[in-house]
Amino acid sequence: MAVQHSSPTNGATHFHEHTSSRPPSKPCEPCCKLNSILQLGATSLLVPQCYPAPWPTDAPTSLHGYIQPGAAPQPMNPMVPNTYQPNRAPYGPPPTGPPPTMKPTSPPTGPPMANATPPPPKADEPVAGNGPQAPNSYNHVDNKMAGPPQPGPPGRHLGHYPSLPPGYQNTSAPHNATPPMHPAMQAATQPYTQAPQPYQQPPVGPGPAQLSPSLAAMSLQSSTPEALRVVNLLQERNLLPPSPIPAPTPCLPQDLQKINCNPEVFRSTLTSIPQTQSLLNKAKLPLGLLLHPFKDLSQLPVVTSSTIVRCRSCRTYINPFVSFLDQRRWKCNLCYRVNDVPEEFMYNPVSRSYGEPHKRPEVQNATIEFIAPSEYMLRPPQPAVYLFILDVSHNAVETGYLNVFCQSLLDNINALPGDSRTKVGFITFDSTIHFYNLQEGLSQPQMLIVSDIEDIFLPTPDSLLVNLNECKELVQDLLKSLPTLFEKTMETQSALGSALQAAFKLLSPTGGRMSVFQTQLPNLGVGALQSREDPNQRASAKDIQYLSPATDFYKKLALDCSGQQVAVDLFLLSSQYCDLASLGCISRYSAGSVYYYPSYHHQHNPAQVECFQKDLKRYLTRKIGFEAVMRIRCTKGLSIHTFHGNFFVRSTDLLSLPNVNPDAGFAVQMSIEENLDDMQTVSFQAALLYTSSKGERRIRVHTLCLPVVNSLSDIFAGADVQAITGLLACMAVDRSVTASLSDARDAMTNASIDSLSSYRQSVLTIQQPGLLAPACLRLFPLFILALLKQKAFRTGTSTRLDDRVFAMCQLKYQPLAYSLLMIHPALYRIDDLTDEGALNINERTIPQPRLLQLTVEKLSREAAFLMDAGTVIYLWIGRNCNPTFLSQVLGVPSYAAVPDNLYLLPELDTAESQRTRAFIGWLRDQRPFFPSLHIIRDESQQKASFLQNMIEDRTESALSYYEFLLHVQQQISK
Amino acid sequence: MAFTFAAFCYMLALLLTAALIFFAIWHIIAFDELKTDYKNPIDQCNTLNPVSDPPPPSCVLVRGARGVPGPSGSEGARGLVLPEYLIHFFFCVMFFCAAEWLTLCLNLPLLAYHVWRYMSRPVMSCPGLYDPTTIMNADILAFCQKEGWCKLAFYLLSFFYYLYGMIYVLVSS
Repeated sequence: MAVQHSSPTNGATHFHEHTSSRPPSKPCEPCCKLNSILQLGATSLLVPQCYPAPWPTDAPTSLHGYIQPGAAPQPMNPMVPNTYQPNRAPYGPPPTGPPPTMKPTSPPTGPPMANATPPPPKADEPVAGNGPQAPNSYNHVDNKMAGPPQPGPPGRHLGHYPSLPPGYQNTSAPHNATPPMHPAMQAATQPYTQAPQPYQQPPVGPGPAQLSPSLAAMSLQSSTPEALRVVNLLQERNLLPPSPIPAPTPCLPQDLQKINCNPEVFRSTLTSIPQTQSLLNKAKLPLGLLLHPFKDLSQLPVVTSSTIVRCRSCRTYINPFVSFLDQRRWKCNLCYRVNDVPEEFMYNPVSRSYGEPHKRPEVQNATIEFIAPSEYMLRPPQPAVYLFILDVSHNAVETGYLNVFCQSLLDNINALPGDSRTKVGFITFDSTIHFYNLQEGLSQPQMLIVSDIEDIFLPTPDSLLVNLNECKELVQDLLKSLPTLFEKTMETQSALGSALQAAFKLLSPTGGRMSVFQTQLPNLGVGALQSREDPNQRASAKDIQYLSPATDFYKKLALDCSGQQVAVDLFLLSSQYCDLASLGCISRYSAGSVYYYPSYHHQHNPAQVECFQKDLKRYLTRKIGFEAVMRIRCTKGLSIHTFHGNFFVRSTDLLSLPNVNPDAGFAVQMSIEENLDDMQTVSFQAALLYTSSKGERRIRVHTLCLPVVNSLSDIFAGADVQAITGLLACMAVDRSVTASLSDARDAMTNASIDSLSSYRQSVLTIQQPGLLAPACLRLFPLFILALLKQKAFRTGTSTRLDDRVFAMCQLKYQPLAYSLLMIHPALYRIDDLTDEGALNINERTIPQPRLLQLTVEKLSREAAFLMDAGTVIYLWIGRNCNPTFLSQVLGVPSYAAVPDNLYLLPELDTAESQRTRAFIGWLRDQRPFFPSLHIIRDESQQKASFLQNMIEDRTESALSYYEFLLHVQQQISK
Repeated sequence: MAFTFAAFCYMLALLLTAALIFFAIWHIIAFDELKTDYKNPIDQCNTLNPVSDPPPPSCVLVRGARGVPGPSGSEGARGLVLPEYLIHFFFCVMFFCAAEWLTLCLNLPLLAYHVWRYMSRPVMSCPGLYDPTTIMNADILAFCQKEGWCKLAFYLLSFFYYLYGMIYVLVSS
């Protein structure tokens, strides 16, 4: 068990370098307390310093954005002669300007403020929710309250213990007609989302009364009550929200937030960036970005222009977060250089008007695609080239995958992305390498066998890769005959290494995509591997070995491929150990993807076959970008620490991606090198330059803008627990390969312990018993526990090495939305689906059952439950399940009649069946790969894997959720 | 005053340390080049690791084409890690033979470090230390740079120590 020996004494078990300096927890405490005291002193000192300056001057005219609903003022520093806001304003206010009545609200000048400051009805909400804590969260209010300048000596507040900040109390009654509610009631009845409410009621009465609602709303938003509400994890059992958690919104002025990048594409673990590295270290939360840069988007503005406007010094693409100094000059938001606006940019093609550079699509969209002119090409754009490398040894033929592959390719051959230049080629291999000459003019495909696998050569270099359009018939002939060609083969050896070398030779002049289908451990020639797994050690609680590659052959080959713009996608269909840890390198460093179908067999495992078919269809037809590079730029002061995903890092901020596909995700760890003192926002820009399958060079640019904050409570308020979990998972994978699995598990546990204890010591001032977490991090321990029980990191449960390594690969390169389900599956009760609250998509009604906690306690014998674990969906049927469900959905008369291996729901013409199928179909549509459905009864073999996903329950080798919480609490209070 | 074996050892060590100082400077510059995007990590690792077969023509070409000033001299292309370790090991053995125990003790920690460093290198089929896929990781890059500076300091100090040791041996005997 990891948790039992995870005392944070061992420096090596932390992810961050800074944490490694943490001494055994005892000695640390005084210094942490000291920190928190300093912190308090600092925040209270900051209050008078930072707020007054910008407000009286800027607010009346251009800072209107700050008082819009949902917008929250950032703690501002006095600098800013040239912030984006004041400068943007002259060019036209954002479309949704505030109602004019709001205008007079902003200028809070000097003494009147003390009286006029409205009582933020919910400024004290984080406090109010938990009575006893009132005084401590008073602190957040204090430093979060960016809005009005606080009158009086700040120091005074600290000794003061009312639940409302002074200056708010006396004015609260006058304009809140309703008597002040009990704080807890307030919290309950007025969720955060209703914050903008005050706008809807027209302010009654003159002057001060007009002021109040907007300011109330403002201070409300500024304190982000919901995110920082203190939750005692040990007491609140039902933490899981009924529906999937949306990504938190950065605390930006609304007009910026509205155009900010979609969180599905670009997401940060901390939506508020700390000002200094020491502040970040104190929060003990990882700072990083999660990207899904090539995601299929339904709406993507594409710009064709001969000049792409970029910063002259840092080469940043112009984006919505730059500031226009005047008509002719713009200031880069990454390096702050002032650039000229080119003449061409003055004309706006959308509105066909001149002189409005800030209305150009480039400045209105955070995600945009450019069609690049020729200076973005090192060579003419390559054609789409697809090479398929197929294992045809005895073992491969046994699994029967060739039929499925050939059929899928035949079905989709016209849907392969490409243009008239598209080329395809085929190589098969067992102990020898077989090439196929598909030259136009041949009557049938010609097979050429090379048996000299030590020194591989191409028999006819120019006719092995052929134009798909010209030779389509030959290709189809080949695909039809391939499965029968090797039916009787007795060859058991596999010379994968040589086949890959041959393929590399074939593709290196053009670049392209290799799809490798492998069914066994390569055991001949170069790159031969030995079985390293000891099946008896699968369940051992000791350290798991052999997570790192056995040879660097595949890595070196992948780097060669990467240099020649060749990506290798690996399909592993095997029932035995295949050493994915070594083989996976070929895809990892060449930006390919790995698909793994354990125990694939055409007869014995129909679920896998369906999965393979569907995945293959998606794989063959999805978008693809060739010879791509992705550069991630960030505001000066921030720097990139580590990348996660499948690629080769070519320089500090540049990833080389021979191919890019829409299902690939990336993660980046960031560090703060210089203090971000005088900045209000920082920006990150990911620019992906690729060649489309039609031979166009394109650049897809995503820009994300985030506020900078200087207090710990703000950092915690902006924490995105899902993104943090995703990034920690990537870091843990790295750690388990470079150090050991137990080390990685300890580091994950410590990540939750450290951040919660930092929250307790630095943000909360009153120490009350229990395990306290801010509301935004309330799921953090649960997700960490889920990670510890995930296939990749679990110990004590029998896990095949390849399964484990594959889970690790997936955690690293899947976009966050998909990997989250693998970490924490979703459980729904499905036998009583109703149309209540259902979604309506394309005239299909999709019921939305609520999410349940992953514990057996939630299951009942009278019901049926659906568990969506990302790559697989389980439908569990209780023994006494409602007979209507059985007959209407499954089409069986009784529980006993449910067949053992059921992978399909029958298409019955009943309302229940339609609802269930619609719901499952909707779940499947949300992801690019195909999760197979397993219908399991209480006695099925699959039940074990279903129950393993019950994360909150205790297993023989792992703690239950409550025990884990107790452990975390114990470590914190040590 | 007599020319003893110990004196010879010191003289030899003096010369070799001068070479090692050069190696250390070269090492620092190489990592700085990586950090400032001046070079492709694959090329850089090929030059840092001893290359058993001649480096692929492409990377030589690139280096030549860009006209990198830097220390890509004739020795550079052969890789410097292993020679450095061997040289250091060699004069440790010499000091052992000459029974210069104090000097040997001063060098032992570095010798042990070299052994540990080489044992914990990434999986590689050829001799060498640096893996182009992990070298760009900020932690590893920072570590390598720090290693370079520490070694430079160590070799500089030991250079003067050997000078002193040589004179001392020459004078005292």
